[in-house]
Amino acid sequence: MMKPVFMTYTKKDLINLAVCMVLSVLVIPTFITTEYWYTSILIPWLCLALATIGQQIVMGYTGQLALGAAGFMAAGAFAMFNLILRVPDLGFVGSLIVSGLIAAAFGILFGLPSLKVRGIYLMVATLASQFFIIWMIDKFGWFKNYDSSGIITAQDIVILGKPFTTPLAMYFVCLAVTTVLTLLAMNMARGSTGRNWMAVRDMDIAAESMGVSLLRTKVQAFAISAFYCGVAGALFAFCYLKSLEPVAFDIKLSFKILFMCILGGLGTINGAFIGAAFILLFPVLLNAIGNNVFHGAIDATIISSIEQVIFGGLMIIFMIYEPLGMAKLWENIKQKWKTKFPTMNIKNLTSSIGKKS
Amino acid sequence: MVEELLFFMEVLVGGLLAGTMYSLVALGFVLIFKASATFNFSQGAMVFFSVLAFCGFMQDFNIPFVLAFILAALLMVVVGLCTERFVLRPLMNASEDTVLMATIGLGYVLEGLAQAAWGVEVRRLDLGIGDFPVPWIADNLKLFISALDITAGLVAAIMIIGLFLLFKYTKIGLGLRAVADDAGAASSIGIPLKHIMLLVWSAAGVVALVAGCMWGARAGVQFALVDLALKALPVLIIGGFSSIPGAIIGGLIIGAVEKVLEVYIGPFFGGAIEGWAPYVLAIFFLLYRPEGLFGEKIIRRV
Repeated sequence: MMKPVFMTYTKKDLINLAVCMVLSVLVIPTFITTEYWYTSILIPWLCLALATIGQQIVMGYTGQLALGAAGFMAAGAFAMFNLILRVPDLGFVGSLIVSGLIAAAFGILFGLPSLKVRGIYLMVATLASQFFIIWMIDKFGWFKNYDSSGIITAQDIVILGKPFTTPLAMYFVCLAVTTVLTLLAMNMARGSTGRNWMAVRDMDIAAESMGVSLLRTKVQAFAISAFYCGVAGALFAFCYLKSLEPVAFDIKLSFKILFMCILGGLGTINGAFIGAAFILLFPVLLNAIGNNVFHGAIDATIISSIEQVIFGGLMIIFMIYEPLGMAKLWENIKQKWKTKFPTMNIKNLTSSIGKKS
Repeated sequence: MVEELLFFMEVLVGGLLAGTMYSLVALGFVLIFKASATFNFSQGAMVFFSVLAFCGFMQDFNIPFVLAFILAALLMVVVGLCTERFVLRPLMNASEDTVLMATIGLGYVLEGLAQAAWGVEVRRLDLGIGDFPVPWIADNLKLFISALDITAGLVAAIMIIGLFLLFKYTKIGLGLRAVADDAGAASSIGIPLKHIMLLVWSAAGVVALVAGCMWGARAGVQFALVDLALKALPVLIIGGFSSIPGAIIGGLIIGAVEKVLEVYIGPFFGGAIEGWAPYVLAIFFLLYRPEGLFGEKIIRRV
């Protein structure tokens, strides 16, 4: 089984965590009061970042080219809907975990081809999961509780008898889930689990000869990835869309998550957040430019086409100049800053010298 | 009994012919894979881009059919040129997966450009060939087979024979195969890698244009073409990535299986299983014969 290995955290990690927590729990709720920011940017950002972490695990860490994140998200979302509907005793958090597990079961099933094939071949196999899951939900009325309208309203979120229906409350729900799962993912990535993933990614044959079980590692990565996507999908449907429709989880969303993962930086957890933020915010920025600079002279469809061109172009540019994405770019900037202004680190330097003598 | 058999034949033949449409898309993938071992994920976008350009030339600028086709083909050559210069050359020494992801990006660029230039609405493409049963066949053989399907089949056959001859018997074809085998070695004995890549990408662009015309005449020129083109992926897995005949056979298998399953098994599941059936079929192939029917055995050096 998985061993949760807690690497010794450095002071820097703890400071980073504290800064993030203060920012997200104290600063954002006090300074951002418009609902728009919560409902259209922060909540989808957290949900999609979570799904991107799922994609990272299977693609960035384990090196398996998968393209079915949205399918697993749909599985998670509809599992959540049915669990709340049919097993109300489970509660919100319980349902969230179980729906993640259901998505994980799909992940295992469709991750099995990864044992035989890799690269583009695997991509096709995972596409099967995408189309199959969406079709299954669409065709069997039971999943949708025989709702004929096609769009089902999601139930209200109730945790321990308290309703979480305002944008701010939903933001906190998403934040809590994302924080817990992100910390877990970081631990896994740093621990033996993550090391096995990376060993398989870098050279599967070498990893196998070192005693890493390919079967276990790959299936585990697919299961955990699908779990993350499933939970993200449930949150996405319940906190952001507030409705459930299979169309919302089509192949386009899978591609979007793939882009977030690659542009953000393969094999990094913070890359998932950076990538998701970029893909979400860039269209907002572009629309704002269209409205304010050109005063709506440019058609909205043209703006969205331009956005697509830019995303694609960035993908190519990153592949050529920095295949490790924005996270690496950020790392490079920090590194440059440090070498340019060494005075910043004098305190650390003197303390380390002090230790030596 | 005879009626049932006839109906089955009709379904089968319709499926086989529809399968050639997939083959046409798959052909573009194979061309590029054969010559550069690059998997070009943007082939679907190229189909969309080229046929939308073709429609745009015809309908927005009132350029006659043949001239518009030539212009669209030239445009695809330009796309090939740009791709070679700005995407492939900088990625010469990158890993397969990196190039694959870059081509996903390229697909996005092409889709976006096409929509920015020619709009997002569905366009009708009239090739002068109706998508209705040919009366002669319907009368004599009692089979209802669409004229468009037959045309697609013929076009596919001509292109395949042409490409096969090109690869097998011309100097260019030899160069293409050499580059596919080992790009470094090929360039060291003086095969101009640049020209080969340009040639292959242009050829793939023209193939995409032809495929796009067939699909566009059937389903309208619209964004959904990109998703349809994704179905060429299972075709490739079944046929093998580096085999031109494989693309054809794979397309036929997918087309036939998809239609037969849809008609005979689909109703038990509420229909529309053709959306995923090809992919599941591809998974079974992957488990038992990962290199496809005609592909070269996948050997990885350790």
